[in-house]
Amino acid sequence: MTELRYLAPDTLDEAIGAFAAAGSAARILAGGTDLLVQMRSGVLKPGVIVDIKKIPEMTAIEETADGGFRIGAAVSGMALAEHKTFGKVWPGVLEAINLIGSKQVQGRASAGGNLCNGSPAGDSVPAMVAAGAVVTVQGPNGRREMKVEDVPAGPGRTNLKPGEILVSFSLPPRPPGSSNAYLRMIPRTEMDIAVVGCGVSLTMNDGIVTAARVGLGAVAPTVLLVEDAAKALIGSKLDDAALARAASACSAACRPIDDKRGTIAYRTKVAGVLLKRTAAIAAKRAQGN
Amino acid sequence: MAKVHVTTLINGEPTEFLCEPNDTMLDALRGPLGLTGSKEGCASGDCGACSITLDDRLVCSCLMLAVESEGHEIRTIEGMAQGDRLHPLQQKFLEMAALQCGICTSGMLVASDALLKKNPDPTEEEVRFWLAGNLCRCTGYDKIVRAVMETAAEMRAQ
Ligand SMILES: Cc1cc2nc3c(=O)[nH]c(=O)nc-3n(C[C@H](O)[C@H](O)[C@H](O)COP(=O)(O)OP(=O)(O)OC[C@H]3O[C@@H](n4cnc5c(N)ncnc54)[C@H](O)[C@@H]3O)c2cc1C
Ligand code: FES
Ligand code: FES
Repeated sequence: MTELRYLAPDTLDEAIGAFAAAGSAARILAGGTDLLVQMRSGVLKPGVIVDIKKIPEMTAIEETADGGFRIGAAVSGMALAEHKTFGKVWPGVLEAINLIGSKQVQGRASAGGNLCNGSPAGDSVPAMVAAGAVVTVQGPNGRREMKVEDVPAGPGRTNLKPGEILVSFSLPPRPPGSSNAYLRMIPRTEMDIAVVGCGVSLTMNDGIVTAARVGLGAVAPTVLLVEDAAKALIGSKLDDAALARAASACSAACRPIDDKRGTIAYRTKVAGVLLKRTAAIAAKRAQGN
Repeated sequence: MAKVHVTTLINGEPTEFLCEPNDTMLDALRGPLGLTGSKEGCASGDCGACSITLDDRLVCSCLMLAVESEGHEIRTIEGMAQGDRLHPLQQKFLEMAALQCGICTSGMLVASDALLKKNPDPTEEEVRFWLAGNLCRCTGYDKIVRAVMETAAEMRAQ
């Protein structure tokens, strides 16, 4: 039997102290929808679990004075869905988070857990990348900020340093004419892992794209920010030629694996198709804003 | 290993129990607490047979540590009927034969109850999406969905 200690500190400082002191045997617990499955299957046998949900900052959703959002790392998908304005400003981020598992899973699963679990197919990650989210992490050496796309290091690995905890996501204020969307390709409608996931965030003025960001998931060892696809969209009216260039940029960025969910050729093609469909949804929403 | 002492509220009753730190809430319910209505179908969050609510939010008890219930409020299938009086969903499941073997039923009922509390007038599509995390090998789902829709209509009429 594993010797396991469970700690649920009330403050971030205590959590960091306990997490750093326990070293590599320790695991952070947010919603537990990845961690408990890994423990149950015997993949992981942590010696210490640090539950972060009693720390107020970890479960808070805040609208900042400049019109941005700050989301605690352990906020559940269901709590985010119940927020009055978040889904209006960031529909693409919300729809990505709300694709994670069932209603039961959404009652617990957090964007922080989705990112730190390090799956290349994590649904919220491409949407957060497209949103230009910045994360705050804190460890024994203090606080720092990182771009979301810099967090994943490879399947199951992140660039957080030993003892560091993800604290929150900051999403920037939105200029008028902005919106976003997320689509994933799966063989069924619910409860499956993305074959490809695509997040697009756009700002439009008079039908012309003035700013764009594209995130792609499940097509490489980490979620990707596809700058070439964004460049192809910026300055265009999302005409067929611009969309075709952006789709090719997405396909070109792919370094996928062959598995039971999809072949390399299939994932590469679908990445381009999803870009076009996701951009169309984001554009439609942006024009209403 | 030292057992952990947990104080929580289960179906409205202040409850204390002892558990191992790595026991799931489902282990604690079915073990020391003797509440075996919640079932273990998969122990990995896929089937929903272990559905409970935690502070009124629907969760899988197999994906939660028992120690996490400290200071929170848990509701299980055992809290659904009022004494001998079945909850309208339970009554309707019986009347409309929305169960066969019954393994999925307590999870289906707890999940459907959570839906109707949030949305008393769901569309069929909303019911199906809401119950996507509850697997049933027997009924083919149609009878369950119809029973939920019918219960919702009756509860709205009251
Ligand atoms: C039935 C089922 C269906 C699922 N479907 C999907 C799906 O469709 N799409 C999808 O993307 N995922 C899916 N998942 C996976 C999982 O639900 C998500 O990855 C979820 O977002 C994880 O969040 P959590 O809060 O539960 O993380 P946890 O399990 O609490 O944590 C995950 C990992 O991240 C670490 N961690 C968590 N928070 C922090 C932090 N703040 N700082 C540092 N490290 C941290 C933990 O130590 C752990 O290693 C599914 C899981 C289940 C059980
Ligand atoms: S036993 Fe918990 S979801 Fe299957
Ligand atoms: S009635 Fe047998 S699994 Fe649903």
